Amino acid sequence: MKPETNGSKVEKKPFKLPIKSGAIQQLLAFASLIVLLIFFSIASPNFFQFSNIVSILLSTSVIGILALGVTFVIITAGIDLSVGTAMTLCSVMTAVFVVTWGLPTPLGVLLGILTGALAGCLSGLAVAKMKIPSFIATLAMMMIAKGLALVISGTRPIYFSDTPGFSEIALGSIIPGLKIPNAVLIFFFMAIFGSIILSKTVIGRYTFAIGSNEEATRLSGVNVDRWKVIIYTIAGLFTGVAGVLMASRLNSAQPGLGMGYELEAIAAVVIGGTSLSGGKGTMVGTVIGALIMSVLTNGLRILSVPQEWQTVVVGIVIIFAVYADILRRRQTA
Amino acid sequence: MLAACGEEETSSDEERDPDKLYIPIVSKGFQHQFWQAVKQGAEQAAEEFDVEITFEGPETEAQVDKQMDMLKAALDKDPDALGFAALDSQAAIPVLQGAADAGIPIVAFDSGVDGDLPITTAATDNKAASALAADKMAELIGEEGKVALIVHDQTSVTGVDRRDGFLEQMEEKYPNIEIVDVQYGGGDHLKSTDLAKTIMQAHPDLDGFFGSNEGSAIGVVNAVREAGKEGEVTIVGFDSGKQQIDAIKDGVMAGAITQNPIGIGYETVKAAVDAINGKDVPEVIDTGFFYYDQSNIDDDEIQAVLYE
Repeated sequence: MKPETNGSKVEKKPFKLPIKSGAIQQLLAFASLIVLLIFFSIASPNFFQFSNIVSILLSTSVIGILALGVTFVIITAGIDLSVGTAMTLCSVMTAVFVVTWGLPTPLGVLLGILTGALAGCLSGLAVAKMKIPSFIATLAMMMIAKGLALVISGTRPIYFSDTPGFSEIALGSIIPGLKIPNAVLIFFFMAIFGSIILSKTVIGRYTFAIGSNEEATRLSGVNVDRWKVIIYTIAGLFTGVAGVLMASRLNSAQPGLGMGYELEAIAAVVIGGTSLSGGKGTMVGTVIGALIMSVLTNGLRILSVPQEWQTVVVGIVIIFAVYADILRRRQTA
Repeated sequence: MLAACGEEETSSDEERDPDKLYIPIVSKGFQHQFWQAVKQGAEQAAEEFDVEITFEGPETEAQVDKQMDMLKAALDKDPDALGFAALDSQAAIPVLQGAADAGIPIVAFDSGVDGDLPITTAATDNKAASALAADKMAELIGEEGKVALIVHDQTSVTGVDRRDGFLEQMEEKYPNIEIVDVQYGGGDHLKSTDLAKTIMQAHPDLDGFFGSNEGSAIGVVNAVREAGKEGEVTIVGFDSGKQQIDAIKDGVMAGAITQNPIGIGYETVKAAVDAINGKDVPEVIDTGFFYYDQSNIDDDEIQAVLYE
């Protein structure tokens, strides 16, 4: 076997499907999702019901949108640890604009989303202009956002009780008759929006270029620093949308939440086949990754698997998702 | 800035009556309704026993260092006893050790201090409080059916005590009630919402839900609302807060347990006075708790212990 290693590598080539290698990873993730759905449907009659599928989608929406945003950053071979607490800051700011200042809800929501973009922009500036590694820059932003959320709110939750219709942003149904909450529709809209940016625009092209080979991109005359700031800002926009949805779902801004959400978002991105070493990834993959996480936790809860074990299982899934990515890279190398 | 903070807290310092016992109380905060109620109870006791107290605390419960400064300042005034609610029970030990060595009795309140430095701790008996929640739940669902719990965490003393207090009471007294699931949401409103929804999906015939703190209870309320099961599932909560009060008034939540901050303040001062006078003080003082629902939420006694 061993002396043939080189030979077998060559022989494996015909097995490669005539599609882009990223697509294989996505197919694998999608297949895992289907397998999970089938497994839980058989295991419990309470799993595959319209109401449960809707609540899985709803519980995916906030983390899912965070994950979509952080996908951009991870494709550039960076990381954004601030998305969880920045999301909380956005929800607090939305509450300040709408409840405390009494601005019209749409304007308050817009400003809340822009708070996320601003946080992203600042992280981007720290990474691109100050040359601080993204891990550190966004770790700092995580703390800044957490602190600001607490300071601005006075450490107390702000309620939207007197803002009629605020909870409808996430929980209402914009399409009459279709019992799917808006949060789910917004999640899919953001996924399509992210997908278009990534695959059809110059921003997307530079996102991949920077992640594949930053130096080469720079040498070919691209203003890498400027694009990085733009990419982090876009990721921040997604964070802002997630923050508004969270506030709407809770009908309040809870300044103490958000820590740990960034890790769930990053896990969804990784399970979806986006490589932490940059240059590869898709929005569809991230959507599937986020869905795998929620289907897993939902299914295990319905089966009454103790919560401690649910966490262990998700950890194991992440290991295998990354291992699959490494195997694929070895094959294509 | 320090001067600005000191203004409101030390006003009584100058006019200290040398003939009265002096007991400074260092709390975890002073702005929140909860701490204002503790202060009220402490003042009641101070009047009753004719002692001098001061009540102070940092602005937020994260300011451990500021609380340390307040603690040191309080001890510098050479008090007869000290009331203390530790933000960080470890951090305070060296300073408290100094006070104990100087023979100043220390009364811990709200949350304990590690070790045997305080002569007593005046706090809520969380186990007993949750047992009362279990009784109320049983009564509301007719002593039979399926009940699930959303607990804030499985490692802290309050999380464990509230969970076990509820479970043990159910097991002992209500054989026809089945506990179908216990999940932990970290007190995170959103996670608790998703947890509670899934539990209802797994057990469509669920009769009751217990949420062990504010975030957990609100999570359950959100979940029941999102699932459109208002009135079908009986919710009993713990703690107070605007959303819980609203949910009880709306009828989505049946009722909740609230701690008794006035009692905490009162018992702290009383225990300090007893200790100074050389009386025996129990190791733990249960400061009591209340169950509130639509029927009594507007009573003065309950209004005094609710905090938004």
